[in-house]
Order: sequence, then structure tokens, then C-alpha cells
Amino acid sequence: MTGPRLEMKNIRKDYFGNKVLKGINIAVEPGEVHAIVGENGAGKSTLMNILFGMPVIHSTGGFKGKILFNGKPAPSSSPEDAMALGIGMVHQEFMLLPGFTVMENIKLNREPTIPNIWSRFLGDKMKTLDIQKMRKDARASLEKLDLGIDEMLKVAGLPVGFMQFIEIARELDKDNLQLLVLDEPTAVLTEADADTLLETVKRLSKQGISVLFITHRLDEVLKISDKITVLRDGEQVATMKPEEATVGKLAELMVGRKIQAVTRKDKCETDMECPEPLLSIRNLHVEMPGEELHGVNLDVVPGEILGIGGLAGHGKIGIANGIMGLYPSTGEIVLNGKPVPLNNPIAALNSGMAFVSEDRRGIGLLLEDSIEMNIIVQAMQSQGKFLKKGIIQLMDFETSRRHTEKMIKDLDIRCTGPDQLTRRLSGGNQQKVCIAKALTLEPRVLFVSEPTRGIDVGAKRLVLNLLVELNRKAGVTIVMTSSELAELRSVCDRIAIIYKGRLEGILPPDDSNERFGLMMAGALTHHMKEVS
Amino acid sequence: MPEDSLVPEKTTMKERILDFYRDFGVARLIIFAFLLFLLASALFLKLPMEQILSSVLTRFGMNGILVLAMIPSIQSGAGPNFALPLGITCGIVATTLSIEFDMAGFSGLFFSIGVAAILGAITGFFYGILLNKVKGQEMTVGTYFGFSIVSLMCIFWFLAPYKSPEMIWPYGGSGLRVTIAIQDRLGKVLDNFLSFDIFGVTVPTGLLLILAFFCLALWIFSRTKTGIALSTVGSNPRFAESSGLNVNRYRIIGSSISHALGAVGIVVYAQSFGFIQLYMAPLFMAFFAVASILIGGASLKRATVTHAIIGTFLFQSILVVSMPVANVVVADNIADVIRIIISNGIILYALTRREIGGDVS
Repeated sequence: MTGPRLEMKNIRKDYFGNKVLKGINIAVEPGEVHAIVGENGAGKSTLMNILFGMPVIHSTGGFKGKILFNGKPAPSSSPEDAMALGIGMVHQEFMLLPGFTVMENIKLNREPTIPNIWSRFLGDKMKTLDIQKMRKDARASLEKLDLGIDEMLKVAGLPVGFMQFIEIARELDKDNLQLLVLDEPTAVLTEADADTLLETVKRLSKQGISVLFITHRLDEVLKISDKITVLRDGEQVATMKPEEATVGKLAELMVGRKIQAVTRKDKCETDMECPEPLLSIRNLHVEMPGEELHGVNLDVVPGEILGIGGLAGHGKIGIANGIMGLYPSTGEIVLNGKPVPLNNPIAALNSGMAFVSEDRRGIGLLLEDSIEMNIIVQAMQSQGKFLKKGIIQLMDFETSRRHTEKMIKDLDIRCTGPDQLTRRLSGGNQQKVCIAKALTLEPRVLFVSEPTRGIDVGAKRLVLNLLVELNRKAGVTIVMTSSELAELRSVCDRIAIIYKGRLEGILPPDDSNERFGLMMAGALTHHMKEVS
Repeated sequence: MPEDSLVPEKTTMKERILDFYRDFGVARLIIFAFLLFLLASALFLKLPMEQILSSVLTRFGMNGILVLAMIPSIQSGAGPNFALPLGITCGIVATTLSIEFDMAGFSGLFFSIGVAAILGAITGFFYGILLNKVKGQEMTVGTYFGFSIVSLMCIFWFLAPYKSPEMIWPYGGSGLRVTIAIQDRLGKVLDNFLSFDIFGVTVPTGLLLILAFFCLALWIFSRTKTGIALSTVGSNPRFAESSGLNVNRYRIIGSSISHALGAVGIVVYAQSFGFIQLYMAPLFMAFFAVASILIGGASLKRATVTHAIIGTFLFQSILVVSMPVANVVVADNIADVIRIIISNGIILYALTRREIGGDVS
């Protein structure tokens, strides 16, 4: 075979004018392991969705560029087309039927069959399943992976690591498999399992199967890949051979941005100089699905903006959600010298903390209610504000209207008036309503999660400036969680990085890209040891 | 600077008309047009308009509270209360008790209303606990719960140890009758209270007053801390949780108020009707109330007192006017068919309509 197996030429894609891929070129040779690395939102998944022809791409206006498979243009208009070409994909989320056996999952919809009496009259769909052959095929694919698991076991209850292998076995079972796409396959695996998986990937590539390997674990990348492509903000930053790369270099490429340090107080550079903490978090465990925390210790200094960063799934979102009582949690929280009970939203709100949720439309807003109602209802229910005195606790429309108008003016919420439904506001203005709602509680500490998610570029700056202003002028201590490191570095005084549910470390915002990248990949301490 | 930043969204006349059209809803426009057509036909056929209008007013007052009962249920996020027969049954039990205790007039009425409200609130409390276990299925579960409770109560009516000869079967001497006449006891005590005639139209002042009283009470409730918490829970349970509200508790409160109103509603209905109907009669009563509030412009997640008033008026007017018109033009009994088509059609329309939402693009 000559020429690359897969070529993606100048792939561009935008979601409603927001460019997420800006001209990506990738070539994968037969038997090559090609790694694609990048931060969350760098465009890795979008690229794979394009390759696999996922409906989400076509329903949002398709993409620009060319895909060649074995030198021929690939239609890539649906997952079925991609599969017919010999592209197999193992998704980040498992797509297995728990009630079915391993064998059934591997052979689903591709079962070998035997004709019987009924199938003669009623067509192929009525043929009997050839269980023996199914078992043999499934066995064969599992052997390829060195997996000594009984193929007749039900998938439900198997360890997570096994499920990942079953997904791969399913793809291997397809006779024409030429290119296997693995989307963060090691994210949910233990280290031992991850090593086995990497071994397997190497073995597969020796058999001539090309592998596209998406990950943000940098040490893995160096171990197994033949070529590495780094994406950042939808741009292809570099493509290199592993010999030319180091973990440090990859980390820097992955994160590297020109950071405009906007405003920062020159106070509290290190932990040593810090005064008494305003909020101290001890041994916080939070059971938030997908963002679990396993024992975080963190101090928040009065008057600072503390950033919390880290990759998706490592638990950074869990901190605020846990403290505010939205997910079951254990640990100790002390605010201003007083302990705050966990798992109790009212107590959290009354203790002087407020929360702007990352899920603006799901938790943050009453979309079918007015701006006024959104702003005041939390303060009314938890603190009893905006109520008239008397036996019947009637709402005080006068003060609430006055307060809402003041908030609209102060935060510059663009709207037709306090009665407008929040559903009709733009993302940035909805976020301002959420912030106004939190401010109405008059918090000492304000938690803000993903404040700029789903907001257009211009409004992002406005929301961030608003937070800085609240911090500087009103003296609100802010704990801001964000997936966008650049954003954290532009407004925060200190940035805590969460890795695998624990605090990995705290960095000043002007620290090097390399150190941020390494810390987010959980490799900084490891890397330091190597250097010394 | 912030002054001029408050630029209102540009609205042209066309957009405003479109907005009005959207807010008003296609269904309501059709219903409204149909009502106008019926009124025109009635005039054309020279039917006795005074009598028809009196009847519209009375039926509006009779059904109003039953429709109001839908509001707390919808606001707390449980959708229209399809299990209304539960509350209605409580109201009927209360009325039979007042007869058993040989009460009449206002004392009988207020006794019935009081007992009805208490029984309705208690059963509504337990029904609310049930609903909290079937979140997302409230309407289906409610419908069948209503059916079940009606059948279950058939046994009660038959076995309950009532003694009053006005109610039990004349032969055998045990078990309640299917229809019990209450003209001499509660009959029209509200309708006749302060009632007067104007241009030949009889206005049932007392009936309308008590409806107004409950409308006002519900409106005030919706502006209290509890009322606002109730609607917060209904419009976004996760928001409510993050505000420290106990979602299940407020849903139970909503169910309690709804069934209490249903129980009171049937007492008011019965005093005007002059009879109480037992056994299978309450089976479909929820559907008419649900249809009324939906015609009034409520959605499955949002309902106000205004929706209830407009809806009851439209729905009942159509019934009252269509009956004589249909009897003259087509044949007897067609009016009841129309009533069923309209009420079920409206419910169907509301269920299939995509819930209001739609993101800002």
C-alpha cells in the first residue's frame, strides 16, 4: 500500500460563527499511532466527530476541507459510511448494553446467522443466531487483546477497565478495520490497566491497523505514538515525532497563549505572606458524578480572587457545588471562624456564600420567569428579604423592584426591563442576572463556576471585568472555577490546580506555560524529580 | 451611561401583532371564533338570550373553583391535576355528612365547605407523597389514580352507614343513592344570595362572590413567600434546591391546596346544581377542569388566576350556547358530544404542543 491511510486536509469548522477548527492537516500512515493532544475545547473531539461523520456536525452546517481515505475521497456523511470504510471509534463514554453478554455486545447487529424454517417465509431478520460462531469470533477478538475474560458474562458489573477493552474488541471484530480512533481511552483506567491498553495499541499497530489516539496524558503520548499533533484553540500548533518532544515542550505548546495580565493586586504572592484565611476547606470529598473530589484542602484569603483550574473530569467543578450543598459531600468548611454545615444549601447561603453555577440554564436561572424574580427569589427564600412584615409573608414588590432596577443599572444588564423573561436574554446578560442573584445575597465569598461558558467573545470580557470590579471595589472575595486557563490567569491572584480529585498545587498567574501544562496533566512533581 | 444602555428591544407593529397572536394561542383564537359564531347563530335563531346569559353566569360560577384547583398543581410542577376526582369525592363526602347531620341553608353550606377543605387537604397531602415518587409521570398516574379512587368510593357509598332517608335507597335501607337531591337543603343558597335581575339576566351574586373570594385568596397566596417558593419549585426544581427549598415539601403543599379547592369546588357546584351525584359521576370531571384552564391560556407548567377565569368563561359559554343552538339546528344530545370533543381536543392540543422554551439564538 502506498501513501497515507488517512489524510485530513485543511479541515475547518465553525459553530454559528465561532471557529472551532482553523485548518487542520493530518496524515496517518498504515500501522501508525498518531496522537492528538490538546486542552479541553482545543477541537480534538470535533475533529474526530468530523472524521466519523457524526450527525452533530451535519446538523450545524457541516465542515470545510477534504478527507481522503486510502487516497480516495471519503464521503463521511454518517457513522455508517465511516464504518463501511473501515474506521472504528471507541468513544469516551461507553456504548455498551449492560444487560447483554460480552459476546452479544461485541457481535451486536453483525451476528452470524443460520437459516431456519421461518426465515424462508419472513426474510433474513428471522434467521437463528449462530451462537457457536459468535462465541468463536468474540473469543478471537478478545484473544487479540490478551483478555482472559469469559465472553458469556454480562457486561453489567464488570470493572470499568474491562468495558474499555470490550469496546475495542468490538471494533477489532469488524473484519475491515483499518483505522481505530480512541477518544481518551485511558481517562477512566487505573495505571495498570492503562499500561495494558497502551501495549495493546502498540500490538495493533504492528498488525497494520492505524490508530488515532486522543489524550491529554502527555507521558503516554511519548511512550506509544509515532507522530504527535498538538491542537490549541482549533489551531494545529505543531506536528512532530516523539523524539523531538518532551513532556515540558508538549505542555507548553498545549497551553501556550499570550496572556494579557490585566489587573492583579500585588499581594499574597505566596502562602507565607497570607493573612488568616477567610474560608478554609479541609478534606473535602464531593460525590458529583463526573467531577468527584477526594479530599481537597484549600484556604481562601480575604479579598483575593482565587482561581481553580484543571482538566474536565478532575473535580474542579465539584468544589463549589459541594460547598454550596448541591451534591453530597463530607469534610470541614470554616468561614470566618465559623464552621458551615455541608449538604445544606440554606446554611451555606445564610453563612455568607453565594454561587454562580456553571450550569446557567439548568440550575442558575428560572428561564420562564422575569429578571426580577430570578434576582430576588433566592434571597427571599433563604434570608427572608423582600417580604412585608406581618403574619402572611407577602412579597414586597416595591423594594424588590427598586433593588432589581439598581442591579440592572449597576451590572449594565441589557434588557427591556425587570419584567423581561430571562429566556429572552443573551448569554452574557443571563450570566449577569446570575451574578446579580448571587450579589443580592450580599456574600462574603462568591463562587463563580465557568463564568464565560457559552458566552460570545465580547461579553466574556465584560463578565470578567465585572468580577474584577466587584472584587476591587466591593471587596467581595471570589473563588472562580474555569476550564479556560487564560481566563484564570488574566484575573486571578492565585490559581489552584485540581488533578484527579485532589489539589495538585497552587501557582501564581504569571508562572510559565510549561508549569501550568504539567501541573494540569499531573506531571509536575514527577517531572521535577526527573530533572533533578 | 447606563441610562441609554437600557435600549428596549425594537418592536414594530407587525411584531407586536405577531406576539399577541403567539401569546394568545391558535387554540384560543379558534375557540373564541367558535363562541362568536355560536352567539351569532343563537341571535339569528331568536333563542332567548336572557336565559342563555343567565345560564352562562351560573355555570361560570359553578365551575370556577374546580378550575382554580388546577393552579397550585400546575405551579408546583405536577401539571394539571388529573386526579381531581379525589378532591371531588372529599367534597361529596362532606356534603353527605351535612345532610346526615340534618343541616340546611348557610350553616349546612359552610359546614360542607369546611369539612370538604379539610378532607381535601388531608387526602391531597397523601396524594402529594405518591406524586413525589412518580415525578415526570404525574398526569398519567393522576388520571388512573382518579379513575381508581372513583371506583373504590363506589364500595364506600354502598357500605357507609348513612341513615338519612333522603340519601339511602328507599328499598333495602342501606347504601346511598346514585343521585341525591339537595334542593331543600343547600339548593341555590349561594346563587340566590343578593341575586338580582338586570335586562332579564339573573345574576347569581353570592356564587360569583365566593368565586371572587377564592380567586383573590389564590392570587394573594401566589404573592406570599410560600406561593413564590411553590412556583419556583415548579419552574426549575434544581434552581429551587440550590436556593435551599425542599422540592418535595412544596409539591405536597401544591397537591393539598389543589385537592382542597377541588373539594370546595364540588360543594359550590352541587348547591347550584341542586343534586349531588355519587358513584361513577366524578369520573370525568377532572377533564373539563383541565380543558378549561388550558383554553384559558395556561400551559402544562404555568397557570394563573386569569387563565382560570378566562378559560372557565370560554368553556362554559360554549357549552351553554351550543346546547340550544345544536338542538334546533342538528339534533338532541349533540351538545354533549360537542362538549366532549372540545374538552378532549383541547387537552390533546396542550399535550402535543411543544412546551414553551426555545433558546435565544
